[in-house]
Amino acid sequence: MTTRPAPKRESSRKRHSLDLLRQMLLIRRFEERCSDLYQMGKIRGFLHLYIGEEAVAVGAMQAFTPEDAIVSTYREHGHALARGMPATELMAELYGKVTGCSKGHGGSMHFFDAEKRFYGGYAIVGGGLPVAVGLALADKMMGRARVTACFFGDGAVAEGEFHESLNLAKLWDLPVLFLCENNLYAMGTALAISHSVTDIAFKAKGYNVPSQAVDGMDVLAVEAATREAADRVRKGGGPELLELRTYRFRGHSMADPELYRTKEEVERWMEHDPLPAFIKHLRDLNLLSDADLAKLEASVKQEIDEAVAFAEESPWEPLEDLAKDVMTT
Amino acid sequence: MTTMTYREAIRSALRDAMKREPRVFLMGEDVGRYGGAFAVSHGLLEEFGPERIRDTPLMESTFLGAGIGAALNGMRPIVEIMTINFSMLAMDQVLNNAAALRYMSGGQLNVPLVVRMATGGGRQMAAQHSHSLEGWYAHIPGISVLAPATVADARGMLLAALEEPDPVFIMEHATLYPIEGEVEGTSGACDIRKAAVRRQGSHVSLITYSACVWKALEAAKRLAEKGIEAEVVDLRVLRPLDRETFLASVAKTRGAVIIEEAWRTGGLAAEISAQIMENVFDLLDWPVQRVCGTEVPAPYAKHMEDASLPQVEDIVDIVEANLL
Repeated sequence: MTTRPAPKRESSRKRHSLDLLRQMLLIRRFEERCSDLYQMGKIRGFLHLYIGEEAVAVGAMQAFTPEDAIVSTYREHGHALARGMPATELMAELYGKVTGCSKGHGGSMHFFDAEKRFYGGYAIVGGGLPVAVGLALADKMMGRARVTACFFGDGAVAEGEFHESLNLAKLWDLPVLFLCENNLYAMGTALAISHSVTDIAFKAKGYNVPSQAVDGMDVLAVEAATREAADRVRKGGGPELLELRTYRFRGHSMADPELYRTKEEVERWMEHDPLPAFIKHLRDLNLLSDADLAKLEASVKQEIDEAVAFAEESPWEPLEDLAKDVMTT
Repeated sequence: MTTMTYREAIRSALRDAMKREPRVFLMGEDVGRYGGAFAVSHGLLEEFGPERIRDTPLMESTFLGAGIGAALNGMRPIVEIMTINFSMLAMDQVLNNAAALRYMSGGQLNVPLVVRMATGGGRQMAAQHSHSLEGWYAHIPGISVLAPATVADARGMLLAALEEPDPVFIMEHATLYPIEGEVEGTSGACDIRKAAVRRQGSHVSLITYSACVWKALEAAKRLAEKGIEAEVVDLRVLRPLDRETFLASVAKTRGAVIIEEAWRTGGLAAEISAQIMENVFDLLDWPVQRVCGTEVPAPYAKHMEDASLPQVEDIVDIVEANLL
């Protein structure tokens, strides 16, 4: 099975562009609402917002079929929404409700959806990579033409499991696409002060894994690069790595006082905000009118309002189920 | 009945499982061309080929994690880790992924993964190859931990583990690989829920597992010469513990000695002792006793290693001190 190619015809091109824009808007507005709800005490625990990185999740996710597997990180709201997980279930999960995508067991860092083959948010940095390699191993052993998409951040590149996983995936020629979201900071530690070599795409060459750096603030560039790489991986070409260069506009989590970077640096990056950039691009091509944008904003707001209402109204997991899902039997 | 070694019993289970179920495969360090560090998988590469007998690079964390991923995606992987000390490198995948995924996903996922590893001392392997860390594993909700002491269990437990929907860790004591025992060559999965009473007795319960079962049986023989009938309980399953069996034994004998190679502080023996206190305290004639490993990283010199591990005399002495 191959993915749909990026549309060529004008009308379908417009539809596809608006779809990408709507997904990016949904993530942005969802995250803004999460921030408010966190301050209201509705969401607790750690909350790692994806604001600024939307082009990565939305662009990359276009390349994967429903049969492909997704492995994500603790900053996975964007991946989950772009994968099509319902905002209602995600918001309920953030509330800790039993109707959440993980029954309220995981919270912000651990979204799962077996049907959507969304294999979870992994909060031990680097811990998802070996799992992704194993998912791809099973596909290869069973002769299925599927891809495992493995998202991780630049912080994971310092972990041994990054190097082990690239080595093993290439050694066994497994259909896994490594997607490194390089937002330049591992929590508060800059790439430049934690890596002897800061070019992540270059590191993959050491394992003979084809790799490429992509502008992660450009949704179309991300989509194109990911489609091409995913197609090669699906056809048996072995693993590849994309380094998606991006930036998060908010702190690492809600608890971050942001002592490690300057306001000026954040402002400089915000000039490359992927949302206004894509909106401008679509307007320049006459693919987006003011009315289109207003309609999108309204429909996104309604979807999030419904998600919040669903989360508010949902029940809590009964106490007697406390240890129910630990073992199957 | 056939006589075979513990090592051969595991190999026969591996072979039968792989013949029966195409989704079963083995991966680990030196399991293929080398034949397994303890020769357990000797000959299997020739029989099943490199797709199903997979030599991995030295990356315990990643090949165990890959086992998790393969299990999530329809395969039935068996991961071999050379020794329990090496498994520390994979502990993140064990604790944070294998054991947690079912719960964390709200019951959507399960990880039918089997992990085998060699454990235990007594071979002068010093402080990085000799430990008994089963208790660390037994601490973790979400997994099962098995400790086969007999040849029959070595075979039956592996076959049973492959029928479980959740992760199972099998701790194989390295000194047991050459022991011989009787086993039904075509036997299938055995029970992996219950402890076993290996010797009936009425005066004291010797509660133990793995290689120490044989030391306890030898101690029981010597105690019998002095008129003391010791009951030997082989725990077999370290998680979840079969409380019922060892509590019933203690309720009968009114005395308990718990024996394990692991260090005393915070060990499994302490947990069993606590369960005895919580449940049958009033029935005890004397305080629960423990024979555990000395709290030293593990010596190389033979006389020192022997002194650091539970020995038959230690068990005999502690029973006599309390009963005679």
